[in-house]
Amino acid sequence: MTITADGGSPAVGTPRSKRGGGFDPTSLRRQSPRHGERVVMGVLIAAALLSVLVTVGIVLSLLLPAISFFREVSFGEFLFGTRWSPRFSGQESYGVLPLITGTAWTTLIALVIAIPFGLGAAIYLSEYAPSRVRKVLKPVLEVLAGIPSVVYGFFALTFVAPVILNDLLGLDVGTFSVLSAGLVLGIMIIPTVASLSEDAMSAVPDALRHGSMALGANKMRTTLRVVFPAAVSGIAASIVLALSRAVGETMIVALAAGTQARMVGGPTEVGQTMTGFIAQTATGESTPGTLSYNTLFAVGLLLFVITFVINMISIRLVRKFREAY
Amino acid sequence: MISTTTTADDAPDASTSASDSSSVAAAPRPQVGASGGTDRYLPEHPTPVIECENVDIYYGAFRAVHDVSLVYGRHEITAMIGPSGCGKSTVLRSLNRMNDLIPGARVTGKISYHGQDMYGSGVDPIEVRRRIGMVFQKPNPFPKSIYDNIAYGPRVTGMKVDSMDDLVEEALRAAALWDEVKDKLKQSAYGLSGGQQQRLCIARTIAVRPEVILMDEPCSALDPIATARIEDLMEDLRKDFTIIIVTHNMQQAARVADRTAFFTAQAAEGTGDRTGQLVEFDLTSKIFSNPADRRTEDYISGRFG
Ligand SMILES: Nc1ncnc2c1ncn2[C@@H]1O[C@H](COP(=O)(O)OP(=O)(O)OP(=O)(O)O)[C@@H](O)[C@H]1O
Ligand SMILES: [Mg+2]
Repeated sequence: MTITADGGSPAVGTPRSKRGGGFDPTSLRRQSPRHGERVVMGVLIAAALLSVLVTVGIVLSLLLPAISFFREVSFGEFLFGTRWSPRFSGQESYGVLPLITGTAWTTLIALVIAIPFGLGAAIYLSEYAPSRVRKVLKPVLEVLAGIPSVVYGFFALTFVAPVILNDLLGLDVGTFSVLSAGLVLGIMIIPTVASLSEDAMSAVPDALRHGSMALGANKMRTTLRVVFPAAVSGIAASIVLALSRAVGETMIVALAAGTQARMVGGPTEVGQTMTGFIAQTATGESTPGTLSYNTLFAVGLLLFVITFVINMISIRLVRKFREAY
Repeated sequence: MISTTTTADDAPDASTSASDSSSVAAAPRPQVGASGGTDRYLPEHPTPVIECENVDIYYGAFRAVHDVSLVYGRHEITAMIGPSGCGKSTVLRSLNRMNDLIPGARVTGKISYHGQDMYGSGVDPIEVRRRIGMVFQKPNPFPKSIYDNIAYGPRVTGMKVDSMDDLVEEALRAAALWDEVKDKLKQSAYGLSGGQQQRLCIARTIAVRPEVILMDEPCSALDPIATARIEDLMEDLRKDFTIIIVTHNMQQAARVADRTAFFTAQAAEGTGDRTGQLVEFDLTSKIFSNPADRRTEDYISGRFG
């Protein structure tokens, strides 16, 4: 590298021509105030603070009505009660288990669909697909991830339940079931699993693949024993993100799972999820401060806690099993 | 003790003619500390393990290497030297079909292993790589424990192993790494130094008992002490393996290699593409003391390259 007098490098002993008489070429002190940097830093700090504040605000606004709720309904009754009828006046009951079983079934079915298909797609794209195929398929996946969920819900209602489940598979299920909601929910989150897992696997250095191939391992063993473990933290993150989306997804379950909050014992049953309940009840008619209003927040808080716990557990698991390269 | 018997479905018919010589190669246990040296007696013509005849190698339409004919002798160390870009790595990768992994790479001419066309129909590249292992320029241990790095190859190739613990120890001893790692076999290989990682990669290759070990500038990322250890190691390994090494370090070639091949890159007349070619192949002592070709002399005396 050559350093010219006006080359921009503040190298010692090469004074810039524009500097005035008092300039000491060997001084290590800051030569200009650098206001721009301060402004940029201020903006960045403000952005960071704002997002933290918004999150805190959301948690607080969830927390306060939920606290009022738990003044009237005990934790035990809420968490372990098996009857959910908050609006059945005279016989109100606040056992949230039916909503939890609804969410659990739809999420479970969704994962059963999304994990094998999503990981299969990711492995194909990252390890087997010729680059031309990958260049086409990867954007298609990402577009799929952007389809609004109401479209999926409609698809569940008008196609999956009547055509696939009833006609094709001959199952005895009605228009609404956790099965049709879960299946479509699974389809919706496949791109999330596939795309993020593919990113994680593509990021594994080729040197590791070559090391394995040079030992006489075949492609499949190389993929499963070297690439997959090395990418496992990214793959797990993709599954957790998909899981959180499935737990929090509202439109599909509100449209396709049904509106009866009952203990769900099997996939063909009707059920209501936590999000489904919130969507159905939060109509703007409920008066702030009333118990039925606070109920919404209690369920919302529970959703938040569940997602949070899932995240925590998976972070732990990944730390334990990953093979960082 | 390591058994080199492969399971029935692992050994294709094409390999039967080679199997006796490869088991001979694997029979004696490698021992650390044996002396080698290039002053030993060498026949004028090596006993071929791998033979290249009029080999051209292309990347897409680009011909990277032209008309290479070369014999790699059994239980010898053959060095390939030459200026950057002359196709040493390209030739090396073609010797165990690692270039199959590079899209567009293509070999013409004939490369044979114990007389079998390595690129012939019915040849399984997986089987080729089991017999002809490779150590890379940059150490590339798996992000697994030291133990699992060694055990990986035998496991995935379905080698019959009586005691994996013994095999791991034996491979690590053969790579002169055992004493340094014996107390931390379960720790990640990434905790080792670069030189240790490279010896681990050599141990990993030894563990699957190949007949030939290809090494692409195995010491270029290492300091002189680690380099010396690996050179000593190569001397020891020569008894049991056939070694082919690419190196930029001419002293290294002079120190370890029995025979040396000198490559250079020649600009093609029409396109101006630089195509690698073999200039001279001979006993190392001859190449470095009395080369037949002017270009070899210029290169080794530092006037060119
Ligand atoms: N994967 C590849 N795709 C296309 N061209 C390649 C590829 N690898 C190597 N080449 C080309 O082939 C020629 C020979 O490369 P090669 O890596 O074999 O040289 P080398 O002798 O090993 O050089 P070095 O000493 O720098 O490692 C070069 O012109 C290089 O650009
Ligand atoms: Mg090279």
